[in-house]
Amino acid sequence: MSLMSEVGQKAFNLGVPLAVHMDVTYRCNERCVHCYLDHDDHGEMTTAEIEDVLNQLAEAGVFFLTFSGGEVFMRRDFFEIVEHARRLMFNVKIKTNAVMIHEEEARRIRELDIDTIQISVYSHRPEVHDAITKLPHSLERTVRSIRFLRAQGLRVTIANVLMTVNSSDHMGVQKLAAELGAHYTLDPTITPMMDGDTSVLSLRIPGEELPDVFHNPALVANQEEFCAAPKPPSEEDLEGYSCSAGHSFCYISPYGEVFPCVQFPLPTGNVRQQKFLDIWNLSPQLKEVRSIRAKDLTVCSSCSHVTSCTRCPGLAYLEGSMRGPSTADCEKSFYRTGVPTANMLRQGLSKPRSTSGLGAPLIQIRPVPVPA
Amino acid sequence: MPENCIYIARSSAIAARALAGEMMVMNSADSTFFTLNEVATAIFQAADGRTPLQEIVRDRICDQFDVDPEQALADAEQFVVALSGHGVLLVSNQPLAAEAP
Repeated sequence: MSLMSEVGQKAFNLGVPLAVHMDVTYRCNERCVHCYLDHDDHGEMTTAEIEDVLNQLAEAGVFFLTFSGGEVFMRRDFFEIVEHARRLMFNVKIKTNAVMIHEEEARRIRELDIDTIQISVYSHRPEVHDAITKLPHSLERTVRSIRFLRAQGLRVTIANVLMTVNSSDHMGVQKLAAELGAHYTLDPTITPMMDGDTSVLSLRIPGEELPDVFHNPALVANQEEFCAAPKPPSEEDLEGYSCSAGHSFCYISPYGEVFPCVQFPLPTGNVRQQKFLDIWNLSPQLKEVRSIRAKDLTVCSSCSHVTSCTRCPGLAYLEGSMRGPSTADCEKSFYRTGVPTANMLRQGLSKPRSTSGLGAPLIQIRPVPVPA
Repeated sequence: MPENCIYIARSSAIAARALAGEMMVMNSADSTFFTLNEVATAIFQAADGRTPLQEIVRDRICDQFDVDPEQALADAEQFVVALSGHGVLLVSNQPLAAEAP
């Protein structure tokens, strides 16, 4: 076990919120076709409110802090917020489309010792990328910004969301990332809109195309192990938990709402009304999330994939029960290994209903190192 | 001020947080990640750039951890050199101003 994994496990066992994802705004200068957010300001936290929350997070033991949105640079006070976070000695990551980063911003980011800047790139072809973002010249501007950031010696990760409209472009984006000296990650996750609208799910790539991704050694570093048939779970495995959401990780919205994860919209409290630690320690909803072990899962506890599946409790919650299956992950487990899931078998399916619109593929692929 | 004083200050480039009494430290420049034991954590937390290392060892280490002062100082100097090599601590024989991001 790596030192980082040991620390993660320690925080999990102690119930310390080691990592927090904070969206500082939902406003954005792009209008990506797959985005699950609305882009209006319904009363974002002020600079002072966010700084107060950051003070509380530091006190609670949060170490890893990710700022995202919306587009973070839509906030004129964003650097002020980051400066405060760095004074509190958080490890800070930023997710952005980078369109508003010029030489001056890149220099400021370096001065603040930001750990990583994750930037969305959908295609190496402007006509495809710009059609997804609906912002003319956005690829050109994003790539130029990446060059500014790399010139400052900053670590950049290119996040490539895979969907129907760009499914043939991931190798091109990976090549672009290598040329720019950026890390590359691929993610076919398309989530329903915040208002429950599932029409964006039509953009997800068909399940039948997932094996091409899973079995591609250029995309999956540990491909053989990753695609191996599942091992039967032990009793110890069934005592385990799904993921860190609500255990050592949580999400805070621009309006101060606290959720177990960015993809797990179970309201647990609001930092405008309560102290963060009171929500973290006392919320009945978080206590319920933390109580669920693999053996408590209604369908998945009897599934051969239970230990290797990336079952997302948030997506399961969106499907109706945080103890139930996440269809999207069932689909992924099947196409990864070829072994049917308990959820499929109980429905008498030999392959997943890939167009059900009930879920979305969720894949966390280990990034392939950028060649030196 | 003794001539052989060593002053230490935490670098502004790092991220740090205590977890159950042990300090996690990460240097964003090269993503090196450390955890410091209780003694090292006490030294790290006292690294204000103004207090000589000898004083930190005497007041924060020997008093609390019941160790031989000479051995403790020698170990502390070794630790400080190692962390300075990773850009986590700044070391000088003059008082250091605190770095602000």
